Amino acid sequence: MADRQRLGAPSGRRPGGALLGVVPFFLYTTAFLLLPTLIVIVGAFLDGDSRFTLGNLEALRSPAVTTALWQSVALSVVTAVIGAAVGGVLAYAVSTAPAGSLVRRFVTSLCGVLAQFGGVALAFAFMATFGLQGFVNLWLVDLGINTGGGAWLYTWDKGLTLVYLIFQIPLMVIVFLPAVDGLRPQWREASETLGGTTWTYWRRVGGPILLPPFVGSLLLLFTNAFSAYATAAALISQGSPLVPLQIAASLNSETVLGQENVGKAMALAMVLVVAVVMAIYAWIDRRSSRWLQR
Amino acid sequence: MTRALSRRATIALVGLTATALAACSPPAKTDSSASSSASGSAAAADAKTATSAEAMGGMAALEAAAKKEGTLNVIALPPDWANYGEIIKAFEAKYGIKVVSDQPDADSATEISTAKNLKGQSKAPDVFDLGAVVALANTDMYAPYKVASFDKIPSQFKDADGKWVNDYGGYMAVGYDSSKVPAITSIDDLLKPEFQGKIALNGDPLKAAAGFAGVQMVSLAKGGTLDDVTKAVDFFGELKKAGNLIPVDPTSATVESGATPVVINWDYLNAAHVAKVPTWKVWVPDNAIIAGYYFQAINADAPHPAAARLWQEFLYSDEGQNFWLKGGARPVLMDEMTKAGTVDKEAAAKLPTAKGEPQVSSAEQTDKAKKYLTDNWAKAVG
Repeated sequence: MADRQRLGAPSGRRPGGALLGVVPFFLYTTAFLLLPTLIVIVGAFLDGDSRFTLGNLEALRSPAVTTALWQSVALSVVTAVIGAAVGGVLAYAVSTAPAGSLVRRFVTSLCGVLAQFGGVALAFAFMATFGLQGFVNLWLVDLGINTGGGAWLYTWDKGLTLVYLIFQIPLMVIVFLPAVDGLRPQWREASETLGGTTWTYWRRVGGPILLPPFVGSLLLLFTNAFSAYATAAALISQGSPLVPLQIAASLNSETVLGQENVGKAMALAMVLVVAVVMAIYAWIDRRSSRWLQR
Repeated sequence: MTRALSRRATIALVGLTATALAACSPPAKTDSSASSSASGSAAAADAKTATSAEAMGGMAALEAAAKKEGTLNVIALPPDWANYGEIIKAFEAKYGIKVVSDQPDADSATEISTAKNLKGQSKAPDVFDLGAVVALANTDMYAPYKVASFDKIPSQFKDADGKWVNDYGGYMAVGYDSSKVPAITSIDDLLKPEFQGKIALNGDPLKAAAGFAGVQMVSLAKGGTLDDVTKAVDFFGELKKAGNLIPVDPTSATVESGATPVVINWDYLNAAHVAKVPTWKVWVPDNAIIAGYYFQAINADAPHPAAARLWQEFLYSDEGQNFWLKGGARPVLMDEMTKAGTVDKEAAAKLPTAKGEPQVSSAEQTDKAKKYLTDNWAKAVG
């Protein structure tokens, strides 16, 4: 209370001014988050003539959609787990370098770039390298190695897993590094002073402290992969094997018309999956902030 | 590239035309044609409701009215698409009317939405060139008009009242770079190991009409039918398993770079690649000819109604039809003109040929095929 009085403006005008400052933020979230979500939710329950229907949700049970949903989840889980494991180790390695050192600055800025390096640019980088006319592919063919024409790159399981890892691993490094940095050397010293081995330290101290932020980062990676669209769309043009691609097909198909609201139902299913994941993330994040000052 | 992609998606499924004839609500049409012929009988009729050149007082009167308007707004007509660049220039030169070409790379759905958004404005499109699905879903936006050669157009290619008329189209074909793969003489050739990682279908059949027609073509070639595409889906599954089918959207860029040496696409789009890849060949399988046509229509709210009607007369004249033919497309009056001897024989000789009658799939057949594809396509090629 004393603090607030000291910081507060002399008159009672401050709360009003503060509220005014938040207005742009609320406008922004309304326009780009709340409104689209609302449109998706409402649209999922309307038919072509804007009447209430459950038909769109029924359509979610079609094999094409359930397969796409399952494959989206599988791809996201696999890339999140691999990304978190590799990125986690990398983050620890980086954390051992002194703050401000060249290696550290280089790796973190590189990861900052790569984590955002998705979409069409990434897809084309891969096509130019491993694709049908990609130089690595042609080089392997020259060596007499059968790459199957490089067709593996254009599959959701083999191709996209590798491509997604290009942004998943750096993202893990970025979000997990602060957590690893939060480990105080004194804790390790204390553990060793009391006769603990490296194993004891990780088992009893480091592990439990890092587990919540690790799982949190893992979930973040999952949603990151789950919602990725442009990369997959640039690589795969047949079969719409993932939910975001199915939604796109429902919106811009020239052969099957009137599927827009089924697309919204699919989006609603995605929102629900992400909502569950984010709820778990929020809970874990609260736990992890108890130990780590960020 | 976007042009190829977006325009591809708009290609007509000719099969749908059959039901369109039945589905287009007749009562509304009788009304509009009755009112328009009534106003047409008055001399110097309003161009907006004129259903033929006669209703305007003859061709000369139509021409004069169009020249007075001075401008024609067209939309989604890429200059290198079916020779539209030359057609627009020829029209401008012949009548001294300025053609404003808006969003040449847009797709059919955008043509309609632009017309709706700009309704009542002078920039709104006067005429449409649409893919079948979009064309038949928006028939209430067209002004009925019968060009001079209307009666010569076979009935399956036009709306009885002239709300829309098919303009040009093509056959589904397999294009290939003969310097990279052996000559294709049968659809089963595609399964050979020489074709590994080389075959692309123009679009997902559940998204793009061209891809859909490609599936139907393979179905006929494999002894299936238009509605039962099981054999085609199995065949594409085999192609995928052999690693021959690649899920890449073929464009002129992928063809030029060699990324897609074999492309299943409309013959006139395939033929366009020859300019950049001289070894490019186009093959249509025997007894598996799938024809697809575009739809021409006049915007009922056209800001330049007379110019729009003159444009139609120009397109359906021998001159206009031969321009399309020169672009590798098959104009709707081609058979008639071949009989009359007015067809551009040199251009006609360049079109790929195949044995058998072009197939027209009915809406029921199309729906059945779509239903099967919805459940099975992703499984086969995913």
